[in-house]
Amino acid sequence: MIDYIYLTILFPLAGFLINGLFGSKIKNEKIIGIIGSSAVGLSFLFTILSFIQLLNLPIDERTRVVELFTWLNVAGLNIKFAYLVDQLSIVMSLIVTGVGFLIHVYSIGYMHGDKGFWRFFAYLNLFIFAMMNLILGDNFLVLFLGWEGVGLCSYLLIGFYYDRKFEKGTVPEAAKKAFIVNRIGDFGFLLGMFLIYQTFDSLNFLEVFSKAEYFPISETTFSFIALFLFIGATGKSAQIPLYVWLPDAMAGPTPVSALIHAATMVTAGVYMVARASIIFASAPAIMTLVAVIGLLTAFFAATIGLVQTDIKKVLAYSTVSQLGYMFLAAGVGAFGAAIFHVMTHAFFKALLFLGAGSVIHAMHEQQDIRNYGNLKKYMPVTYLTFIIAAFAIAGVPGLSGFFSKDEILWYSYSKGNLTFWIIGALTAVITAFYMFRLVSLTFFGKERFGKDVHPHESPKVMTIPLIVLAFLSIVGGYVGIPEIFSGEGGNALKNWFKPIFAPAEAKLRTFGSHSHFEELLLMGISVAAALSAIYFAYVVYTRKKEIADKTASSVKGLYNTLLNKYYVDEIYESSVIKPILIISEKVLWKVTDNKLIDGIVNGSAKLIYYISIIIRKMQTGVAQFYALIMMIGISVALFWLILTL
Amino acid sequence: MQVPIEYYLILSAFMFSVGVAGVLIRRNAIIILMSIELMLNSANLALITFSSFMGNSIGQIFAFFVMTVAAAEAAIGLAIVIAIFRNKLTVNIDQINLFKW
Amino acid sequence: MNLELILFLILTLVAAFSSVMVITRKNPILSAVYLILNFFALAGIYLLLNAQFLSVVQVIVYAGAIMILFLFVIMLINTENEASILADKKPIKVFAIFIAVLVFAQIAYLIFYSNPAELSNGTIENLIKAGQIESIGRELYTTYILPFLIAGYLLLVATIGAIILAKKKFE
Repeated sequence: MIDYIYLTILFPLAGFLINGLFGSKIKNEKIIGIIGSSAVGLSFLFTILSFIQLLNLPIDERTRVVELFTWLNVAGLNIKFAYLVDQLSIVMSLIVTGVGFLIHVYSIGYMHGDKGFWRFFAYLNLFIFAMMNLILGDNFLVLFLGWEGVGLCSYLLIGFYYDRKFEKGTVPEAAKKAFIVNRIGDFGFLLGMFLIYQTFDSLNFLEVFSKAEYFPISETTFSFIALFLFIGATGKSAQIPLYVWLPDAMAGPTPVSALIHAATMVTAGVYMVARASIIFASAPAIMTLVAVIGLLTAFFAATIGLVQTDIKKVLAYSTVSQLGYMFLAAGVGAFGAAIFHVMTHAFFKALLFLGAGSVIHAMHEQQDIRNYGNLKKYMPVTYLTFIIAAFAIAGVPGLSGFFSKDEILWYSYSKGNLTFWIIGALTAVITAFYMFRLVSLTFFGKERFGKDVHPHESPKVMTIPLIVLAFLSIVGGYVGIPEIFSGEGGNALKNWFKPIFAPAEAKLRTFGSHSHFEELLLMGISVAAALSAIYFAYVVYTRKKEIADKTASSVKGLYNTLLNKYYVDEIYESSVIKPILIISEKVLWKVTDNKLIDGIVNGSAKLIYYISIIIRKMQTGVAQFYALIMMIGISVALFWLILTL
Repeated sequence: MQVPIEYYLILSAFMFSVGVAGVLIRRNAIIILMSIELMLNSANLALITFSSFMGNSIGQIFAFFVMTVAAAEAAIGLAIVIAIFRNKLTVNIDQINLFKW
Repeated sequence: MNLELILFLILTLVAAFSSVMVITRKNPILSAVYLILNFFALAGIYLLLNAQFLSVVQVIVYAGAIMILFLFVIMLINTENEASILADKKPIKVFAIFIAVLVFAQIAYLIFYSNPAELSNGTIENLIKAGQIESIGRELYTTYILPFLIAGYLLLVATIGAIILAKKKFE
């Protein structure tokens, strides 16, 4: 099956082509939906089969390269269009196609009646196609192809409702923002790629990584490569300072937010860092930077999430925050934990977004949680699944989020230091609090919506994916039970990833051992804090709303700062965008373009004009005169002939 | 062959120069066309001379083609002269200055 | 002084004289008549060069067809005589004549200097054979069949073009 892995990429492409080219002719939503979903479903099926085959192979044979064709062969640069199937890429593929399939099915219900139904499915399939290229690519260039492809799909899907308003601007503006901010990151990624090619003379993963492991290459070089790659990752995965696009990406349809801006595309940065783990591991300074950036992002995004009132905005900041966790894990060297969190996060965050979509759908596009309340009465399935996801993200023991988050927190202490752990745990507490603020305001308390709104449960085609994802959110964590519970070598996922991350971990060489007691203690503290935060949020936002209002008014300055997201957008506006606009207008346009470039162009034209006024007198229009000139020329030529005889 | 090859070639060069002078100084378009015929004939003379002295017929075949082209050129040229005359009522090329800016 | 040289000199004098007359006559009809004379003289020179076929073609095509065309056109459009050839723009015309003389001098210099006589390597039989209609015909219909066909095509196009150009009204 592995040899046919390209089929998993061809199916979504075929779906995209069918829906994209003929979608407007088909018109029947059912057929379009089935084509779109089954393309991804088949892709999922093939991924599972490949996964099973990989599982049955001996451990040291679990890296397979599937070559399709030679893409570029220019002056020593030989790039093959090939796919790399190994433990890491197959897990990511499973997540992308599996969650992607569920979201496709969900979208059939959610997008029902939309005039761009076929366009939506075409874009989604194109996205899956690009994402699979990103994951399975066997070299940096194929990865970059997917990287840009998902960026494009993200842009297209954020701008899906291109005729609507979004917050202070319009939807296309939000889409453009996402695209441009991503470009900044991509620029860094490109530089990193160039540097890799210069250093290793190859872009092929296996070649680069084996050279990185054994060749004597200076740490500075590694640092620059890792830094540039990380800049790319901050763009794609919405980390400080390039996270600003993700909240605005919520302008897209909710399934898109679930698929692209929560479960899959934004984790591409984490995947890339994990893929290039050996390079990062060779640059300890950048590793610390990754961890710190991840931690800061996690913390700040979580605090912003505390006060947001738009249901999708809360989830968006929560996503940014969780991505920060993943980078924290990668930064301290726990790449496996990062990918583990990618997986569990994909389950519960997709579920949260889909649940939010279900609520928004029921409430007629109302997204302000202050206008919800007591929805559990009307939407039992959505309520149940949503709360499971909320428990999972809050880190309640037994659910998937607990395992992955706890693993990250533990590594942030054991491989990092106590400060990392404290901020990380604090973030976990805040996460639990704002998630249950959201849950309480949405599903509990009094009904705060108008009499004319009649919430209803969503159709089966939407609730079934919710149930499946809820199931996965519960059991998804059991592939990575911590070793204190499962014994030495009992963490199945860790063992699975071992061959991939072993070189990087060997290079990092963390000394010192930590006792089981420490681990249990820290786990206990964070869990207890999270649970009390959940209870506190539930009480405050269902029964004693005045506490929240009072706190908000007593720290008005802080509250407004959080509500305005630390004014980061405004700071960027005044520090980056305004200067660029001013320089563009005052200098580049009015001086460089108008005076310099136009001056050169017009000046040369004028020069020729004045010369022509003199020279055109030669053009008498009398043919005989021209013939005379020609004869003079012939005479001169004859002179030359005579002289050379 | 009693006559040296140079004699023929000089005659050819002379006729060519006369043709050139005719093209350059005359104003009557028909006479200019005749001067062109003179130049073509001088070229023919050179071709045939070389052909004869070298003992193969290629030069003569070329002269034959030159005659074909000359016939075509004369037909077209005279047709143009007629067309111009119909429009301008003159064949004086000083008054036919369509090239002038 | 043998017969061939005498004949050559006479024909050359006629050709040179008539060519000068062509470009100096004010009346186009006189020019055309001198041009016919020039062509006949050239036909004679071709005979001296053992090019019988081309000599005949020269008379038929040039003197017989092309010049008749010229005469017809001259009569059709009835042009007035030029007052004087060097009447206006005299400096330019003098300069043009100078250029023509200069070119002649240059070519003459080249002819004598490059010694073309060493090219003449054919035997007598070859020389005679080269101008015969048989050898020219064989070459034309074998080696040069494609240019020959193209030449025919060119004449067809020229015929059509001449008709279209000379027609009274374009449709």
